[in-house]
Order: sequence, then structure tokens, then C-alpha cells
Amino acid sequence: MKIFVCLKHVPDTAINIKVVGINGYEDSELKFIPNPYDEYAIEEAVSIVEKQGGEVVLVTVGKEAAQATIRGAMAMGADRAILVKTDSQFLDSSLTAKALKAAIESDGLPDMIFTGKGSVDTEGFQTQYRLAHALGMPIVNEVSVLTLEGEKILAQRETGSGEKQVIETQLPCMIGATKGLNEPRYPKFPAIMKAKKKQIKEIDLSELGIDTSKGQVAIEKLEAVPERSGAKMLEGSVDEQMTELVRILKEDEKVL
Amino acid sequence: MDQIKIKTGVLIEIENGAVKETSLGVMTAAAGQDIYALILGRDASAVNAPSVNAPSVNAPSVKDKLAEYGAGTIVSISGAEDLSAYPDLQALALASAVKEYNFETLLGTASATGRDIFARLAAILDAPLVSDCVEINIEEKIVKKSHFSGKTMATLKANGSIFLCTIRPNSIEPVAAATAGQLVEFTADTQSTGLIKIVETKKATKGLLDLTEAPIVITGGRAIKAAENYGMLETCAQKLGAAVGASRAAVDAGFAPHSMQVGQTGKTVSPKLYIACGVSGAVQHYAGMKTSKVIVAINEDKDAPIFSKCDYGIVGDIFDVVPVLTEKL
Ligand SMILES: Cc1cc2nc3c(=O)[nH]c(=O)nc-3n(C[C@H](O)[C@H](O)[C@H](O)COP(=O)(O)OP(=O)(O)OC[C@H]3O[C@@H](n4cnc5c(N)ncnc54)[C@H](O)[C@@H]3O)c2cc1C
Ligand SMILES: Nc1ncnc2c1ncn2[C@@H]1O[C@H](COP(=O)(O)O)[C@@H](O)[C@H]1O
Repeated sequence: MKIFVCLKHVPDTAINIKVVGINGYEDSELKFIPNPYDEYAIEEAVSIVEKQGGEVVLVTVGKEAAQATIRGAMAMGADRAILVKTDSQFLDSSLTAKALKAAIESDGLPDMIFTGKGSVDTEGFQTQYRLAHALGMPIVNEVSVLTLEGEKILAQRETGSGEKQVIETQLPCMIGATKGLNEPRYPKFPAIMKAKKKQIKEIDLSELGIDTSKGQVAIEKLEAVPERSGAKMLEGSVDEQMTELVRILKEDEKVL
Repeated sequence: MDQIKIKTGVLIEIENGAVKETSLGVMTAAAGQDIYALILGRDASAVNAPSVNAPSVNAPSVKDKLAEYGAGTIVSISGAEDLSAYPDLQALALASAVKEYNFETLLGTASATGRDIFARLAAILDAPLVSDCVEINIEEKIVKKSHFSGKTMATLKANGSIFLCTIRPNSIEPVAAATAGQLVEFTADTQSTGLIKIVETKKATKGLLDLTEAPIVITGGRAIKAAENYGMLETCAQKLGAAVGASRAAVDAGFAPHSMQVGQTGKTVSPKLYIACGVSGAVQHYAGMKTSKVIVAINEDKDAPIFSKCDYGIVGDIFDVVPVLTEKL
């Protein structure tokens, strides 16, 4: 099995985002992490290859700084990686998908491609579908249970209200991972050392022949959302507090 | 002067024979435009039927409901074959309706189903898509949505002749805007690729509300101590019309399934009211619920971080407080 995992390099979700200019954010001092849902994708790919043999290749479209994120993620057991370098903080999803497609095709088509269900920075929820369509591969997203039976794939996804769908497809295919699929491993020291020697091939976005002026969605403005402050603490007996709370929710907030 | 109305398709979701409240909100997002309510596949059979599971026999039919909320035209879309088992066919059928009616804008709900079908459609049409918008200006093709788990709000502008957008549940309150509502049938020219098929649908054992779409969410953290104690929250939720959520600590301890987790690695919820019971307020939890309109926290520790991030705080034991709240509702 040859498996690609699309890994996005995103700001640590525990960290504050400082907006600079009208539509950018300060990223040079910021701690970056692998997109959390992509970690489920890596874990699933690595555990399939551990069982069936083959290789796991990470592919990232991002700034040079994504090297560090890729290196860390390779310690989870990926064999090598490709970084498509861009200068943009927010690359349009359709362009990202084109870049991923070009990088994957130049390396040779895989049996499977894993992605996360969505990225936690731009929350786009679409790159994987665009890539799947461009490659002519079926895709199932938000998968929390995956079964491989030879060429046949059964992927379970949740559709709301606790309802679950089991979708059947076959190789080659794409899977968007979400929580529940597995427990991403915590790399141990030897794996981290080994990852240091693994290859990260770099390609410049400009080498892929993609017209980057043709973005579909432009980010016009980015604004910090003020944090909540000064909560109203209720007082009195439990009974008094709940009477007051219900009154507030009904009359002042009008949410009941 | 009359404003030029923009042809806007709205994908309607139907549950238990009734139009989902969230779909009515999406129609309101398109208020003033030339609205076509689109009903796909298995949902289409419900168009003329009185809502089957609705409480009253006089419940308006799906068609009447859609007309009441502004749909000038209601398009029942079917395929050459049954669409319901094929997510890719549903997207193809929708793509063919887009071409047939020349929509400039297509809106849907940012639900699990809506998100999936819109992303498939955007790929097929190679058109701009913005998921999970909280505000939309259809004329300008400008939307607002959260970036970085609600830490920032981004304003995005789409280029191109058609613009796709899913709207975050509960972000736009449905407002009635009655029209005559004409019903038309459209048979899409679709052929199955045979590549993916829904082979089984597992219904929830309990009649749970969907976390991401519920107008109210009540969440139990590690403090809930045991799976059976969620019963206390469920009783309260029933009175509130709420969905029940959990923190990761509660999920990892085995008190609740993954599907109930709210937060960075769980679900993002944006209800009108969020009640956190025995949740400390870690950033990763907050990331999944901070865009809620009103946040109420119940925690026995007056210094719990959640109290610096909520609107109303109650210092107390959840096992004392929640039953009293339930009783007062
Ligand atoms: C990469 C990553 C991703 C994560 N993703 C998520 C996520 O998606 N969702 C998420 O929730 N967390 C997530 N976390 C975990 C998060 O950091 C916290 O550990 C978690 O949210 C804590 O859950 P909790 O508040 O229920 O538990 P605790 O932090 O243990 O808090 C329990 C609270 O209950 C109070 N309490 C105890 N007993 C009572 C009682 N009887 N009555 C009233 N109050 C009581 C305590 O005072 C305390 O404040 C993630 C962490 C990481 C590192
Ligand atoms: N720049 C990127 N590099 C690699 N993979 C990406 C990139 N952007 C998105 N993806 C993949 O596509 C998924 C969905 O991303 P998004 O459409 O941004 O929500 C992510 O979970 C990643 O697996």
C-alpha cells in the first residue's frame, strides 16, 4: 500500500492569534502544530502500513516553517514527506488542492489518501473533496470507524442526531479522518531520532505550473473576536439562583 | 427602484417529515432574493405530505412551510435512479439543478450532510465555497466566518459566477416572509459512478437532538463522574429542547461517546445557550463553544477558568444545582 497523508501546518489552538494589517496574523513567533484531525489521518495510515506493508508519505502545502511540523509528524511513523512551499498565510482551497494533486501525481499515484475532516485555522472543510474530484477518487469524510477488506472499504460517518452511515467504497480512495478513528501515538525518543534522518522533498509552488492569481475566495479582513469578560456571578441559595437564572434567560437574553 | 433579485437556491433539509428549523434560517439569510427551495431525493417525497411526525394533523405541509418562509419556487429534485444511497449522485443532481436554473448563489446548512454535499458540489462545479458562515451579503458575495476556532472573525469575498455557502446553524433566526410558493419537479440527469454507496444507516437509540444544530446545549464535564449521571442532564435537556454534550475528559474517562465531545477535537457548537456543568474551561474545550450566544457555567470551584469566559456563573455542586434548574424550567 502506498498511502499519502495531507498534513496541514496550523497555529497551536491553545495560543492567541494577533492580527496584523487588515488580513494577516503574526506567525513568526507562533507555535505551530499538525492540524489535530490530520493526526488521526497519520495514525490510521501508519497502522495500515504496519499491518500490510508499504509506505506513508506526508504532503504539506505551506510555508518553509512547516518543515518543523512535518519533522515532528514523521516521528509518528511516516516514511518521507513532500513540502510544497508557498509564502501565503491563507492559500485558497482550490489552489491548495491543485498543489496537492500536482505533488501527489509527480510522486506516483497512491492506493489511499488520508486527510483530516477539516483544518482548525481556516475551517474550510473542502480541500480534500476538491483533491478527490481532481484525482477521480471517491471520498468519505468525517470517518470515525474504518474497515479494510482487501479492495473493499467500509467507512462509518456520523450524520447528526446520533445517526451513523456506513459507506462502502473501494481502493483507490480518500478518507477524511475525525476523532474516534484511533488514538494518535505519542512518538518515543528512538522514533523522533529516526525521523530526523527521513527525507523531506521540497518543491516550490511556482514550479507546479498553477496560476496562483486565480483564487476563488479572498480574505478581505481578519478581526480579533473580543474575549468574554466580567461574567455575572449569581448569588443566594440554589433555589434563588435558579429562579433568577431562568428569569434572565427568558427575559433579558430571550434564549428560552 | 426595485432591487435586482439574485437567483438563490437553498438546499432544504427535512427530518421526520418536517423542514428543519435550521433550513428556515438559511432561507432567511437569502431574504429579499429570488429564492428556490431545493429538495433532494428521498426528501422530495415529503413535499406535499403533511408533516408525518408533527404533533398536529393540521401541521402545514413542507411546501406551505417553505412558501411561508420565502420560497417563490420549490424544486423537488429526483434522479434517474434513487439518490438517497449515493452522496456523489446527490451532489451531481444538485449540480445539474444549478445549471438548469442558473443559480448565482447556492446556500445550505453547515450540518454534517450539508457540509458534505456542498463540498462535493464545489469540487464538481469548481466554484468558490465558504463553509459555516455566520453572516452573508449575497449581492456582494461577502461572508463572515470564524477562523482559528472563534478567536478571529474573517471577512471573505468570492469571485466567479456562482457562489456556494453553508450557514452555521442558529446564526440566523428564521423570519417568515410569505410568498405564493410554486412547486416544480426536476429530474436530474445523473448516472451512478458506483464508487461510493451508503450500505447501512444506524439510527440513534435515543431520540437525541443533533449537537451542532441544537439551539441549546448542556454539557457535562469530568465532574459528572459516571455515564449514568448524564441522565440528570438528559432530563434537563428534554425540558430545554437541548442536546447533551461532554468534555474530552468525560469522553476519555468513558462516561460519554466520542460523538458527544465538544471542543477542538470534537464538535464545534454555536447554540443560543450553552450550559457547562462541571467543566473547567480549558482552551481546547472553549474552542468548540466560544461562539455560543450565551454561556452559563456551573462549577464548585469559584476560581475555575470557565468563570472568566462565561456570561453567567453559578458556584455550586452540579448534583445540587442541575435538578433545581430542571424543576424551574
Ligand atoms: C490536543 C488537545 C485537544 C483537546 N481537545 C479537547 C476537546 O475537543 N474537548 C475538550 O473538552 N477538551 C479537549 N482537550 C482537553 C482539555 O485540555 C481539558 O483537559 C478538558 O477539557 C478538561 O475537561 P473537564 O473540564 O471536563 O475536566 P477538568 O479539567 O477535570 O474539570 C472538571 C471541573 O469540574 C469541577 N467539578 C468537579 N466536581 C464538581 C461538582 N460536583 N460540581 C461542580 N463542579 C465540579 C472542577 O472544579 C473542575 O473545574 C484537548 C487537549 C489537548 C492537549
Ligand atoms: N495546506 C495544506 N497542506 C496539506 N494538507 C492540507 C492543506 N490544507 C488542507 N489540507 C488537508 O485538507 C483537510 C481539510 O482542510 P480544509 O479544507 O482547510 O478544512 C485538512 O485536514 C488536511 O488534511
